[in-house]
Amino acid sequence: MSALPDAVAPLPPKVAALRSRYQRSLAALGLPALLLLALLFAYPVLRLMGLSLSDGSLQWYEKALGEGLYLEVYWITFRIAGIVTLAALLLGYPVAYFLATTTRFWTAVGFVCVILPLWTSILVRTYAWMVLLGRNGIVNRLLLDLGLVREPLPLLYNELGVVIGMVHVLIPYMVLPIFSSLKRLDPSLVQAAEGLGAPAARIFLRIVLPLSLDGVFAGVILVFVLSLGFFVTPALLGGGRVIMIAVLIEQQVREALNWPFAAALAAVLLVATIAIYGLAQRSLGRGGEVPP
Amino acid sequence: MRGTSRARRRRARPGRILLGAVCALIFAFLVLPLVIVFPLSVSSAPYLEFPPPGFSWRWYENYFGDPVWIAATLRSLKIATAAMLLSLLIGTPLAFSLVRGRYPGRVVLERLAAAPMIVPAIILSVAVYGLFAKLKLIGAWYGIALAHTVLALPFVVIVLGAGLKGFDESLEAAALGLGASRWQAVWRVTLPQIRPSLVSAAVLAFITSFDELVVAMFLAGSEMTLPKKMFDNIRMEIDPTIAAVSVLQILLITLAVLLSQRFGHGTFDMHERESP
Repeated sequence: MSALPDAVAPLPPKVAALRSRYQRSLAALGLPALLLLALLFAYPVLRLMGLSLSDGSLQWYEKALGEGLYLEVYWITFRIAGIVTLAALLLGYPVAYFLATTTRFWTAVGFVCVILPLWTSILVRTYAWMVLLGRNGIVNRLLLDLGLVREPLPLLYNELGVVIGMVHVLIPYMVLPIFSSLKRLDPSLVQAAEGLGAPAARIFLRIVLPLSLDGVFAGVILVFVLSLGFFVTPALLGGGRVIMIAVLIEQQVREALNWPFAAALAAVLLVATIAIYGLAQRSLGRGGEVPP
Repeated sequence: MRGTSRARRRRARPGRILLGAVCALIFAFLVLPLVIVFPLSVSSAPYLEFPPPGFSWRWYENYFGDPVWIAATLRSLKIATAAMLLSLLIGTPLAFSLVRGRYPGRVVLERLAAAPMIVPAIILSVAVYGLFAKLKLIGAWYGIALAHTVLALPFVVIVLGAGLKGFDESLEAAALGLGASRWQAVWRVTLPQIRPSLVSAAVLAFITSFDELVVAMFLAGSEMTLPKKMFDNIRMEIDPTIAAVSVLQILLITLAVLLSQRFGHGTFDMHERESP
């Protein structure tokens, strides 16, 4: 609801006073939230960032960004985030397209399939993947029984397992923005192209795909950023062998008790997250917003 | 891009059939992990065996007979209820403030309120853990509830904000014109009108807290929450008790969503509402 344009006619003083009083009380309504977020979000996070500089030098950042061991962790984290984003896009786009173009009934069915995992505990899903992907898991049993493989495939406790689990968690975040952008697409454009005799493939490549790119962009950014901070999936499906940055931070705090180093790692992760998000919002520009 | 006649014509095309088949596979991929825990939870085998060799309720008995599981569940319910109430109590005024306010600093507040959704949970967890360790709040259930409130707040604000934007403000103005105070108008006119959003926000906040692991892992100490107990169990020994817990959790969440559908007029799905 946009405010009435104040500049049209000078308001009578009484109305102006009432309006500014209303605005003051609206601002006051935000105060409890501001207090909570300041005390339990902004302050602790800034305090943590401060810890990384606590001995007055940049040594923990040098360690975090200079030592091969830790660079490897960043590399793994970004690589997995990239693979997961790509896979989520390749799987999510057809789903979004299907949901946007099919009948009402199938849209409803499809939405249940996409939303249901979103409402399910990530631990339940991760556990299920361990059952499915393990050495004696259901997938391997099936492949062996069908004679497709001779030995169980290594699907769990490695990068592949982590990627599968993460893609499963993140697909909905890719589908929803692409679906919205496809829904916004003006159907008369497609009809016009059809009427002019364009083949379906060309209609898709020349009209539908370019016009849904804002949704694709939003989904890609969202999934990538969320991937960077993942903890539960790599911790469980990686079996201690796939160290992503969130897992490393947890280890540094809980096992090594190295707070300044954990803080430096957290600062790097935070800066990367905010930078990617900020750049995305800027390049989306006018009115475009990264959901959710 | 809807149009039944066109959709019908398209379905007949080979490309359309291929798309349907691919999507069916992806839907199966999405739903499979949720479905698989049901047969496992009633398996008689102590180890993971599929298909289950026989039927048994023993994993459910295990769960209900184990005071640690029950205590963790009750603690999670308590925390989630508190976080839900608190995030509504703080988030509803905030949503009003952000949607209708034109005061300086509004944009900053809006960004700040959305930030917990973007900042990785591990960072918030470690940061709050450092603070709470100092304040000797580790292990306190209300400490976890407070931190969960921070996490739930962005969802509450998004859902309620969408509801408020869709609300016709002239109804409130009419109540004011008829002599109601602002508070009365909001309480008797506006809030009942956006009840679907309130219900959705409440369910979303509850689930956010009830499923949350990372914050609870740091702040809970020895006072386990349900996700923390599940995490430890998955790490130590995978026995089908966890499958039984998973089934119960899926059923609980489904119930919550159905209730929100019933009382919230099916608005739990934000994106459906967005599209015309």
